[in-house]
Amino acid sequence: MKDSLIIGGKTITNRLFVGTGKFENKKIIKNVLDESKAEVVTVALRRIDMESKKENILDYIPKHCILMTNTSGARNAKEAIRIARLARAAGCGNWIKIEVISDNKYLFPDNYETLKATEVLSKEGFVVFPYVNPDLIISRQLEKSGAAAVMPLGSPIGTNRGLRTKEIVRIIVKELTIPVIVDAGIGKPSEAAECMELGCGAVLVNTAIATADNPVGMAEAFSKAVEAGRIAYLSGLAISLDRARASSPLTGFLRSNES
Amino acid sequence: MKVEAVVNKSFHDWFLQFKGLNIEIFFKDVTDKDITDVLSAKEKSIEQFLTLLSPIAEKYLEDMAQTANKLTVQNFGKTIHLYTPIYISNYCVNNCIYCGFNLNSKIKRKKLTLEEVAEEAKFIGSTGLRHILVLTGESREETPLPYIKDCIKILKKKFTSISIEIYALKGREYEELIKIGVDGLTIYQEVYDKHIYDQVHLSGPKKDYLFRLEAPERALSKGMRCANIGALLGLNDWRKEVFMLGIHAKYLQDNFTDAEISISIPRIRKNASRFEPVCDVTDINVAQIVVALRIFLPRVGITLSTRESPEFRENLIPLGITRISAGSTTVVGGHTIYEGGGKSPEQFEILDERGVNEIKVMLESKGYQPVLKDWVSL
Repeated sequence: MKDSLIIGGKTITNRLFVGTGKFENKKIIKNVLDESKAEVVTVALRRIDMESKKENILDYIPKHCILMTNTSGARNAKEAIRIARLARAAGCGNWIKIEVISDNKYLFPDNYETLKATEVLSKEGFVVFPYVNPDLIISRQLEKSGAAAVMPLGSPIGTNRGLRTKEIVRIIVKELTIPVIVDAGIGKPSEAAECMELGCGAVLVNTAIATADNPVGMAEAFSKAVEAGRIAYLSGLAISLDRARASSPLTGFLRSNES
Repeated sequence: MKVEAVVNKSFHDWFLQFKGLNIEIFFKDVTDKDITDVLSAKEKSIEQFLTLLSPIAEKYLEDMAQTANKLTVQNFGKTIHLYTPIYISNYCVNNCIYCGFNLNSKIKRKKLTLEEVAEEAKFIGSTGLRHILVLTGESREETPLPYIKDCIKILKKKFTSISIEIYALKGREYEELIKIGVDGLTIYQEVYDKHIYDQVHLSGPKKDYLFRLEAPERALSKGMRCANIGALLGLNDWRKEVFMLGIHAKYLQDNFTDAEISISIPRIRKNASRFEPVCDVTDINVAQIVVALRIFLPRVGITLSTRESPEFRENLIPLGITRISAGSTTVVGGHTIYEGGGKSPEQFEILDERGVNEIKVMLESKGYQPVLKDWVSL
């Protein structure tokens, strides 16, 4: 079955996107990306040191990967826009994940500022991936503003609590024409599969892989789960009923009249 | 314990509600079950934080450490941020009885020239560090704000994040520094007990308790990205001080939601003042402090300086530390100018003298990624 995700003119086969924060060393990032065959990788510009010969995180990212720089640390649209422009100027390409956090306690994204940054950066030719608190209205506005996808959180970032926002994400998937990528909160491969079964375009995972005892093994597990969930979605899941079918139907008399 | 919400109040006005709290009596009522209840609670209340600081909680140090370790990895990953201090001057008009730079110390005074600042910056930059902390004593005459600004402009060329640990400033002065690229403020209240504060700060502008206490609020309200607060352990009963420190951090986190808040818990070290700590703070106590703070405030950074020994620092890291200094010197010009020559005196004694590379190797061997750069100059 040929099934690819096309975003920003690129064709992506592996729908597991990988985040690079929180790893115990940079070499593991390379092993994770090699083994999981991930194609899209997000890196915070704040962590990239172009001037360092030994410490540049980009040296650990395989050449075939698409770099999605993120604006981690931005507190408002203005800072996110500035970081995006700096990233492009530094040679990090034009894929940008907008991450605007004005609440450091729970790390919830600021939807309003994220929308403002998306409007500006889309016009400037960036391929924009806004990270949001799941909300249909904002998602529609982001689509209208030129976002390449929307990235709702599954549960608060880093919590590994799974797809707690399922009911809302399901509606966003149904209503939008651009891909929906669940980003944040996915703790287990089964939860990543659940996102894909709903029809999400991809899943972005960082903490669950980076803090696993064996990050490389966990990345492989996630990659396979994402693939399985995608195939299930394309194959059309059987409808699950919440009750048994009554053996003495109440409307049976209507059919007996037909004979 | 009923706690009022923080609404349009300064930290000082908000913490007045705890004035009647008798911590000794509170600790008498803490039971073993209280401790285990705290560890299984989802959100930790202020009362529960105090419970974790109780003498009886020491029995549960291992359980607390396990919880603290999980919270730290979940929130910060397996990473430790590195920075180093640069002392630009030791002139000081304050008489703080515990400090090696106090005005009565018969030490050689030194202020870096801008050329010397550039030289130090070049050396520190070559270690790969991109975060620097600028320190001075308090002297508006020798090191006025324009001088500090000139130094920062030079450092800006080499570093992506600049924090200051200088005398308390007015709000508009913080604003000026933010404009030229300062993103972090480090300022320790030293001691939260007002009476003791008055006794150990004999004279000078630092004697103004409230002006210092409210400095983080002034800076954050002007848009400072990060604030690191601290209490100098050894001046008062550490349980009382750490309680105040923890609720101060909580106050800042609740009021300035977009700021990154960090905490330091320095113990008094030997220095030219020859001051002896009034209260004992053991290694076990420090471990309890770190885990209690981490459990109460899972998103707050905890900074550990080179005042502690290499071995102790390494062992504390998994308990909740997120930021450590490396290649430190508390000597003015200590990175380059006085190397091998006649040294100017230290502010306090350093126990961990390892350079940046050694610290990096140590962190990697312990399963932590050293983070040398974590901000961009906007």
